Amino acid sequence: MQAVPGSGGVTLDAFTGRYAARTAGMTTSEIRALFAVASRPEVVSLAGGMPYTSALPLDAVGKLLSDLLATRGAQALQYGSGQGDPVLRELICEVMALEGVQASPEDVVVTVGSQQALDLVTRIFCDPGDVVLAEAPSYVGALGTFAAYQAEVRHVAMDADGLQPEALREAIAAAGGRAKFLYTIPNFHNPAGTSLSEPRRDEVLAICQEAGLLVLEDNPYGLLGFDGPPVRAIRARGGEDDVVYLGSFSKTFAPGLRVGWVLAPHAVREKLVLASEASVLCPPQLNQLAVVDYLTTQDWQGQVQVFRELYRERRDALLDALTQRMPAGTTWTHPTGGFYVWTTLPEGLDAKVMQPRAITARVAYVPGIGFYADGSGQRELRLSYCFPEPDRIREGVRRLARVVEAELELLRTFGPTHARRQAGSVQTPAPDLA
Amino acid sequence: MRALVLAGGLSHERDVSLRSGRRVADALRTAGVQADVRDADAGLLGGLDRYDAVLVALHGGLGEDGSVREVLELVQVPYVGSTPSACRMAWDKPVAKSVARQAGVRTPHAVVLPHATFQEMGAGALLRRIVGHLGVPLMVKPSRGGSALGATAVHDPADLPAAMVACYGYGEAALVEQLVVGTEVAVTVLDTGEGPYPLPAVEIRPLSGVYDYAARYTAGQTEYFAPARLEDDVAVAVGKAAVTVHRALGLRDLSRIDLVVKDGIPYVLEANSAPGMTETSLLPMAVQAAGLSLGDVLRDLLQRAVDR
Repeated sequence: MQAVPGSGGVTLDAFTGRYAARTAGMTTSEIRALFAVASRPEVVSLAGGMPYTSALPLDAVGKLLSDLLATRGAQALQYGSGQGDPVLRELICEVMALEGVQASPEDVVVTVGSQQALDLVTRIFCDPGDVVLAEAPSYVGALGTFAAYQAEVRHVAMDADGLQPEALREAIAAAGGRAKFLYTIPNFHNPAGTSLSEPRRDEVLAICQEAGLLVLEDNPYGLLGFDGPPVRAIRARGGEDDVVYLGSFSKTFAPGLRVGWVLAPHAVREKLVLASEASVLCPPQLNQLAVVDYLTTQDWQGQVQVFRELYRERRDALLDALTQRMPAGTTWTHPTGGFYVWTTLPEGLDAKVMQPRAITARVAYVPGIGFYADGSGQRELRLSYCFPEPDRIREGVRRLARVVEAELELLRTFGPTHARRQAGSVQTPAPDLA
Repeated sequence: MRALVLAGGLSHERDVSLRSGRRVADALRTAGVQADVRDADAGLLGGLDRYDAVLVALHGGLGEDGSVREVLELVQVPYVGSTPSACRMAWDKPVAKSVARQAGVRTPHAVVLPHATFQEMGAGALLRRIVGHLGVPLMVKPSRGGSALGATAVHDPADLPAAMVACYGYGEAALVEQLVVGTEVAVTVLDTGEGPYPLPAVEIRPLSGVYDYAARYTAGQTEYFAPARLEDDVAVAVGKAAVTVHRALGLRDLSRIDLVVKDGIPYVLEANSAPGMTETSLLPMAVQAAGLSLGDVLRDLLQRAVDR
């Protein structure tokens, strides 16, 4: 126990008052505690964005790992290059070429998931108080990283075609030179489920180039489209000098390996390597070589097709169930790939306030406020269809619809209410909660 | 001694319960008890006969409404703590308040209303009557539940509808009580065979001013004083009130009684038959302040359950 000087009391934390200001939002929260129930099998979790790794050829992966250790064990268990395994970086360039990105392995840095890449990019660009532009809503993991570096997030409006160019222009002007980069997820957005349209990709790049603003293009879902071939990345549209591109094997192969990458202009890449070495010395060698062997010995693109078909079936189950069950006034996006459907509740409802009732009804989702840095998103929630089987998804929506009906009853009784909001604290499940 | 610690469950307090379970098991192991932790799920009944006794660290729902203890009675496995009927009374805050009042212990004035009553009679008029009757500030909380989940302090009547909506998300009935502003204390009542007695009261001073979920379970967010900074006679009165409530509810072995002290008078807020045992919980602090070891206390209570 830690005594509070002069008071005679204790706070149970020996370092009270000594933490950095950036830890202010790092507390337990009611909303996060409720997710603990989501791990029980009785609960249909539409909350976590966990890839369906049971669909992987696990026997083949097991043999691959065994062979790797038997034949190159000493190398696999040794330190590696800070920039990442050279063979893997070549293969990453081949993966990116599927979305039109032409790159040199020299400009690729392998990271511990693309989350570390986010951390590195923010670290080398953002001082406290700097502005980051991000879609409204945006990926909660990115918002957490920006908050950790005390950057100020300003949201830019989206619609069904993704980021709105006019809103972007206005946000850049309003930032008055303080904006360090635009963070964007152009494909099958987490959490919005929308994609940036073809014409807007060029326009967004042009706006940023004109303003001298870096684009941070986060693309973990690009190969998981349900309709046709991948759309060319922003980086592939003349953005070699203006775009830092993040990729990941978490959705196409295995999130447990934590292998992602960042592709950056030469000068940026050099700083990223030094920053990464200061952070993790080198990305895990064993995991990198496992990815190399998976990409070179397995039909990995065939496996991605398996994932696409599986996720498409689940997306259809979710959208059909929402159409059949949800009360009038509820709207949702129609993703053409990825993991998420972004749902807006009828006017006057609050997804965070509704969450305990949902947990009681044995269904979990993520309230929308976690995807905004400014505490907005009260009517919104994220539904994930990647992990539960279609029948479970249908059952989950059946439960959710009844929960929404019950909240509408409360609304009819008490009228619209405005709960107090706290921005900036972690409001989403831990990554291991389905 | 081989003990089973039940933790987890499906209540809103699952996360807290899992923390309590781990802490309890660690404490028991240091006291020489072979302790396992497991969830209260479909596989529970099959494995109970391997244990000498059970310690319930389930919070909310079946951990505190008496149902898991009813099951333990059915399968005749000894357990630490209160009987199902006592748990049911403590779990229902309005019932516990009535019992406390009848036993001569003060408790804040309150009304208890289900959502349906507001639907039938109109919320606006009824809320105005509540404010007229009880005044402000008010505390709105689910009539059953813990960890301050769904609880809101209301200082402005305009905020009352939002507090009601937040509360009904956790349960069908809302307890709206006068918010007594004073020194918040928690008293652990322990009975190791010679009758219930109070451990030193623990005083709670949340740094944010509100003892909400984050203040309860984030180390460093709340300042605790054990023993509480009370005058000697007030400390005695607080302990006496807690034991009176413990007895009146028919609680057994251990409980935690939450009170607020204003002008030297203790007001009981609620009684807990399965108190939290996490790293930031109040019962372990009280045990330490009394110069006892949590593991030894729980081991002795397990033995007491076996001998019962």
